[in-house]
Amino acid sequence: MTRKQRRLTLIGAAGCVLALALGLVLFAMNDTIVFFNSPADIQAKNVRPGTRFRLGGLVKEGTVRRNSDQQVTFVVMDAEGSIEVSYKGLLPDLFREGQGIVAEGVLESPSIFRADTVLAKHDENYMPREVADTLKRQGHWQGEANASPRTQ
Amino acid sequence: MLVEAGHFALALALGLSLIQFVVPLWGARANDPVLMAVGPATAVAVLICIAFSFLSLTAAYVTSDFSVLNVVENSHSTKPLIYKISGVWGNHEGSMLLWVLILALFGSVVALSRNSIPARLQANTLAVQAAITIAFLLFVLTTSNPFTRVVPAPVEGQDLNPLLQDPGLAIHPPLLYIGYVGFSISFAFACAALIDGRIDAVWARIVRPWTLGAWAFLTLGIAMGSYWAYYELGWGGWWFWDPVENASLMPWLAGTALLHSTVVMEKRDALKVWTILLAILTFSLSLLGTFLVRSGVLTSVHSFAVDPARGTFILGILIIFIGGSLALFAWRAPLLKQGGLFAPVSREGALVVNNLFLATACATVFIGTLYPMALEALTGEKISVGAPFFNVTFLPLIVPLLLLLPLGQTLAWKRGNFLGAAQRLYVAFGLALLAALALLAFEHGGPVAAPLGIGLGLFLVLGSLNEIVTRSWSRGNSLSTVWRRASGLPRSAWGTSIAHAGVGLTVIGIAATAWGVEGLGTLKPGQSLKAGAYEARLERLVPRIEANYRDDVAVMTISRGGRELGTLETMKRLYVTRGMPTTEAGIMTVGLGQVYASLGEVQPDGSVGVRLYHKPLVLLIWLGSVVMAAGGALSLTDRRLRIGAPARAKPGPAAAVPAE
Repeated sequence: MTRKQRRLTLIGAAGCVLALALGLVLFAMNDTIVFFNSPADIQAKNVRPGTRFRLGGLVKEGTVRRNSDQQVTFVVMDAEGSIEVSYKGLLPDLFREGQGIVAEGVLESPSIFRADTVLAKHDENYMPREVADTLKRQGHWQGEANASPRTQ
Repeated sequence: MLVEAGHFALALALGLSLIQFVVPLWGARANDPVLMAVGPATAVAVLICIAFSFLSLTAAYVTSDFSVLNVVENSHSTKPLIYKISGVWGNHEGSMLLWVLILALFGSVVALSRNSIPARLQANTLAVQAAITIAFLLFVLTTSNPFTRVVPAPVEGQDLNPLLQDPGLAIHPPLLYIGYVGFSISFAFACAALIDGRIDAVWARIVRPWTLGAWAFLTLGIAMGSYWAYYELGWGGWWFWDPVENASLMPWLAGTALLHSTVVMEKRDALKVWTILLAILTFSLSLLGTFLVRSGVLTSVHSFAVDPARGTFILGILIIFIGGSLALFAWRAPLLKQGGLFAPVSREGALVVNNLFLATACATVFIGTLYPMALEALTGEKISVGAPFFNVTFLPLIVPLLLLLPLGQTLAWKRGNFLGAAQRLYVAFGLALLAALALLAFEHGGPVAAPLGIGLGLFLVLGSLNEIVTRSWSRGNSLSTVWRRASGLPRSAWGTSIAHAGVGLTVIGIAATAWGVEGLGTLKPGQSLKAGAYEARLERLVPRIEANYRDDVAVMTISRGGRELGTLETMKRLYVTRGMPTTEAGIMTVGLGQVYASLGEVQPDGSVGVRLYHKPLVLLIWLGSVVMAAGGALSLTDRRLRIGAPARAKPGPAAAVPAE
């Protein structure tokens, strides 16, 4: 092989792998990405049942009900809406009424969200960033009182 | 007083680093040996200052000096001593101090290896290293000072985040930092080569051990972090494709590519420009990782406090170093003498393929990690990119690479014979295929991914060891001859085989997760729960009180097929000071697999939610990583690295290529 041919082989191989990667990324972008919605967004964006997304909001006080077999239901709300969430499994350590959470799952019907993961945080002062942003936007944020006391 | 001295030492280190930056650079330019000699001396002095500073902070932690804000916020007098010490780096300020400490430590090792590094290269390298140190010292001193006093001093501290009170934390960050910061040396050498406009096989020989060492530590650090998340978070998962994890995976992928391209450069004097670029990119990704984790862009256990000033500062460091080094690269790289080209079917050709796949895989992780952030910054739309994305993009790029790995390792340098290499591997391939088919038949109806993945892993293990066997064994030789030949092989050959076998073990462990089973139930004492063949009976629920936490302990008996295997304890723990509950998973190791139980909240009626997993072969995931790092370490002790650079009398790459 001449020098030029060798170089072309190399460039060709690199092109193929990069094209493959690009194809995979574009395919995955269409198919695997999960959007974030607040309870109000479900109405506003007209999210269809069967859609997979992340739901974030506050757990409404007094709505957590534990049934048999670790089946739990609770209501997640923001300032403008609320939706019932059902989940089977152990709730994270920092799951409490009135706390912000993020749940990932599927919208079963316009009023029920079936979660397969419920995320809480590694810290007692945690407010999921997405939830905090939503509340800020809706003008219901008193987060600074929540944040850990830290001076510079 | 000691605390103020520590603070002062840090400022002094900054001043010394400025000298270490300017003088050797100037000396290298003017070719003045006296000025260049300033570099090593100051590098050692900087290390002494920073080490003193670090020790003074440690002393404040050990003695629970609550007049220091950092100690107040992250320590408590009842905390066990080991967590008082590990608490030093269990917070933002202290961990950045650890970062600069390791940076200075590596700088002075470069400074002290005086005889093996050409003086100009050393001077330029130390200058670049000093520039990084300056940036991070400024960052610590201006935005993250760990020595701030608080008046009046509180009586008691606020305790360390409970999740971090764990032996895993004591070693995970130092391991990871040695890895991250180790790549700064490769980066500094790359910039030095660009400044000097000269690069050759000697450069590759000097840089390779640094890359190898950094890589081995990063491997251990990631594995340790993964194991920590596995047992501490109580979710039973070991990798979540979380941006924080990706932040460490990206430099690892780029570093792995760098490791392999340096070999090509050392042996064949080729791929020079690419290697330099990779060295720059690897450290840039380490910096990016630091930015993602430390700036508060991501919320995770790693983002201690969100402070915009810090994020902006690290972003500034990021832009200066990545932008600056890439600009230097664009300006000076054309000056570097191009290396030779080579045949596509050869060891070096295979290593190019390795680099191509690793770099591309790294790019997909990069896109998956940064795209959501970019999208949110630009449009405000929030998305999450998780495991499904990476399964579709990352796996198809890594699996072919792993399939080709044993083949590449078997090919000869310069001009390989594809069919010959394939012939040498057919036994390994056949055995792996047989094993996969047998497992498929045996586990009829089970997941297909597990047998195939295990077959791939076995092929990697057997294929890697095959290399050692074929090089030491030939028909008719006695065992003692074979042994003599095998032990006479260069340690780098052993290291390569062992590290690749480690990859195989990890692949087997990952593949076997598809066989994992779990059970979920609400138990009262006396009741039991099943996960696959394993059964857990809740014996009793007992409270237990320790110095700084309270436990609700569930004692469970694990049995399999009616035969008792033993008991395990899993608990819900409440850290009193922070009022924060955590789940302590109960783990019982059975062979290479584990039975894993975690608790939900204890209900008023005395029942408790329990999740039980059986994870076959799960330990291989981390054992494989340890084997990889061990292979790297063995390779580091190779004769040609111990002896150092070849004599100057015989310059040129030919002298540097051992017959292999």
